[in-house]
Amino acid sequence: MRESAALNTLDALDRAIIDRLQGDFPVCESPYAEAAAALGIDEAELLARLQRLLETRVLTRFGPMFQIERMGGAFVLAAMRVPEADWERVVAVVNAFPEVAHNYRRESWQRHGQADEAIGAIEANEFNMWFVLATETPDGIAEAVKKIEAASGLPVFPFPKLKEYFVEMKLAVRA
Amino acid sequence: MSAAADDLERRLVLATQGGLPLVPRPYHALAEQLGVPVEQVLARLSGMLECGVIRRIGAVPNHYAIGYTANGMSVWDVPDERIDELGARIGALDFVTHCYHRPRRMPEWPYNLFAMVHGTSRDEVLAKVARIAELLGADCRAHDVLFSTQILKKTGLRIGA
Repeated sequence: MRESAALNTLDALDRAIIDRLQGDFPVCESPYAEAAAALGIDEAELLARLQRLLETRVLTRFGPMFQIERMGGAFVLAAMRVPEADWERVVAVVNAFPEVAHNYRRESWQRHGQADEAIGAIEANEFNMWFVLATETPDGIAEAVKKIEAASGLPVFPFPKLKEYFVEMKLAVRA
Repeated sequence: MSAAADDLERRLVLATQGGLPLVPRPYHALAEQLGVPVEQVLARLSGMLECGVIRRIGAVPNHYAIGYTANGMSVWDVPDERIDELGARIGALDFVTHCYHRPRRMPEWPYNLFAMVHGTSRDEVLAKVARIAELLGADCRAHDVLFSTQILKKTGLRIGA
């Protein structure tokens, strides 16, 4: 994928910043200076590095990660089955909604992967667009679903979490 | 976030959902922007971290850019009466980054357990998925892996002003 080219441009310091600053950024007067000291660099260098990592989209954000459920809001995973011929239009329609926090194109290994007789074929699971809706109230999810269905002309299938067993999104840089 | 979140909390979310200011004293900049004393900003953010409204503060990497070019959402059909025990065991595997019980959507979608697996190649992800299958044994009635082939959007939470 084209984004992987960015790996070649990451040096050891970039990697250390990404690996060690995915959490625990201090809440204090001069947090960048404090975080920089822990990395053995100065504040100006850390700020410049973060700026560049954001500009080159190695980082998508630097800041707080909110759990909107704890504020009365909701995050819900939803999927759509988008015909190939209609793909570009539907991507534009769905992404235009601010309630859509992330959106991924996905393909089923069962359908598109190498044949594997050990895995039985599953019919009709061609959900190819998966996105996360984030709204300020639980009712906002149903409203967003309706709006996306109206704008796209396609059904939206919500997959709300019934139970969360584990969430840990920190990932070490891999060469 | 009508009920639980008060006005300052909501304004802090609005002011930082796009990211923290990249200036030496970012919380002072926020305080100035919001017209409240910096002590209040620091105390409130600490409180939000403590109670989990803020999961963490830091860098959010683009998974692809840091080498995780294979991202597989593994999905499993397991017996409902066993799912909590199985979900806890799958969630405890070191290579699973998210694990949830979600509803089936029959007839299109028989899967009720979702486990996200990241790797540097599809083979690595598939090898990890095979370990999940092994762990589930006969409790796995069907499964699939949905590999992401493109990030279409990744802005994170954006509430309106």
